[in-house]
Amino acid sequence: MEWLDMAITAGIWALEILAIAVPVALTVAYTTYVERRVIGIMQIRKGCNRVGPFGLLQPLADGLKLFLKETIIPTNANKLLFVAAPVLALVPALVAFAVVPFGETRLFGIWDKEHVMAISHLNVGLLYILAISSLSIYGVLMAGWASNSKYALIGAVRATCQMISYEIAMGFALVCVLMLAGSMDLAVIVNAQAGGFWHWYIIPLFPMFLVYFISGCAESNRTPFDLVEGDAELVAGHIVEYSGMWFATFSLAEYGAMILISLLTSILFLGGWHAPIPALDFIPGTIWLLLKAAFFIFVFIWFRATFPRYRYDQMMRLGWKVFLPWTLAWIAVLGICTYAGELYEGLQFLSDAIGFYQPWRS
Amino acid sequence: MLEAGFFYLFAAMVIVGGMGVVLARNTMHSVMFLIFCFFNAAGLFFLLDAEFLGIILILIYVGAVMVLFMFVIMMLEVNQAKLKEGFLQYLPIGGMIALILLIEFIAASGSGVFHTDAIAAVGHFGKDVNNTVEIGKVLYTQYLLGFEIAAIILLVALVGSIVLTLRTRKDAKYQNISKQVNVRKEDRLRKVRM
Repeated sequence: MEWLDMAITAGIWALEILAIAVPVALTVAYTTYVERRVIGIMQIRKGCNRVGPFGLLQPLADGLKLFLKETIIPTNANKLLFVAAPVLALVPALVAFAVVPFGETRLFGIWDKEHVMAISHLNVGLLYILAISSLSIYGVLMAGWASNSKYALIGAVRATCQMISYEIAMGFALVCVLMLAGSMDLAVIVNAQAGGFWHWYIIPLFPMFLVYFISGCAESNRTPFDLVEGDAELVAGHIVEYSGMWFATFSLAEYGAMILISLLTSILFLGGWHAPIPALDFIPGTIWLLLKAAFFIFVFIWFRATFPRYRYDQMMRLGWKVFLPWTLAWIAVLGICTYAGELYEGLQFLSDAIGFYQPWRS
Repeated sequence: MLEAGFFYLFAAMVIVGGMGVVLARNTMHSVMFLIFCFFNAAGLFFLLDAEFLGIILILIYVGAVMVLFMFVIMMLEVNQAKLKEGFLQYLPIGGMIALILLIEFIAASGSGVFHTDAIAAVGHFGKDVNNTVEIGKVLYTQYLLGFEIAAIILLVALVGSIVLTLRTRKDAKYQNISKQVNVRKEDRLRKVRM
């Protein structure tokens, strides 16, 4: 019976993966639609409204168009890596969703214990996400190099510098979250913020919340940090030689990363699946999480409609000279506050204030 | 049984990756093989219940070190003919090093130090043992001095590399951002009574 058990387990895994991957793909498709409509409204024009009612079938039409387009591979390109690059970009964006907890459930009372709704409930979930999202750079790098085009290469070089710089600030912002939650398990981090919005980490970590979200914006190459594909000077950066479905794969990866950052910001700073006030707990947690994430996706689009592109040196300065000192200082502040009471009796109120957010200390 | 199967899979892939690094003609392909190799080495760590080390291996080596590697290699123009020129010249030294390493490996594996009985049994810990917490405890108590020394060495290297690259060119025009931000209307605009 051992083989049967293994087969059943494998089947359940496959279903779990599909249950995450298919909604992510659909969300990506409709994020492009929402993006065009929202930017349309912000710029006082209509946006797409021709295909289907309110233009709702536009993403399907786009998909069909891209699918039917010819894929052109440049003659002097490194064919293997040229084809592998979009896949390398897409895989990390999707694999990272494996540890994102979408809520807790008892499956309508069948289980007597709360189970976390994630494909894999890792006790180093946060590190896993950091590690996987740092891999998304390879797709861009490979695409830039394999295309054998100067614009693509410059775009890839810029992307590398940008991602490496902002990853550091991002990592340190997450260290602050760890210092409060005392665990790298995403479900534990969310449950540390249970009990209303005054428990959310956005309150003690407001600067870190800004750093994380803006770094996330830079990591996923969204405007105002889309120098990677800065069309005024680089045509389209690393994707300049791509067409058809391979091009679509890149944008799928970009929007996937955007959704991931939105979900993670809600999980780490806005209490994940917990309602803002306990009285609203009758609405399922997953809906709360998705609502929060949807809000951040909207903010991403809002950024794009509002801000002009950063200049390259200013962007580097923001990463290294503004965000990095901020995050380092905030780590020191949190650490000192945590143990201030033990060092000096009069500072006990600081420890108590921070201790309110640190379930591991009580 | 499944565990042993995965061990052989990861171990074989590490070796394939390592061979690929050396044998690939294209340097870019070599780097990709090395990344593949690191991934499978991380898989071996996972099999040993060392999930923290495994993920750190991916985060540091694949996510940061290899990116910089690739960054440098991307800029090189690799000429195959030129690469082959020195092949015979370096063959004696290279061959000697390879031979010494091979003898060392055979001697080490035959010495019995790595025999399964000699190594502390690699049992699996319960779910409540947190790898990260255990490493943190050991690192910040027992090995604190070594940890701090390593940190200081890294800091010195960091400062050193910045000092090496820091030079102000006289012919280039730099902007002083704090100066730009601090400009007031009065500095630029002068009202003249006509």
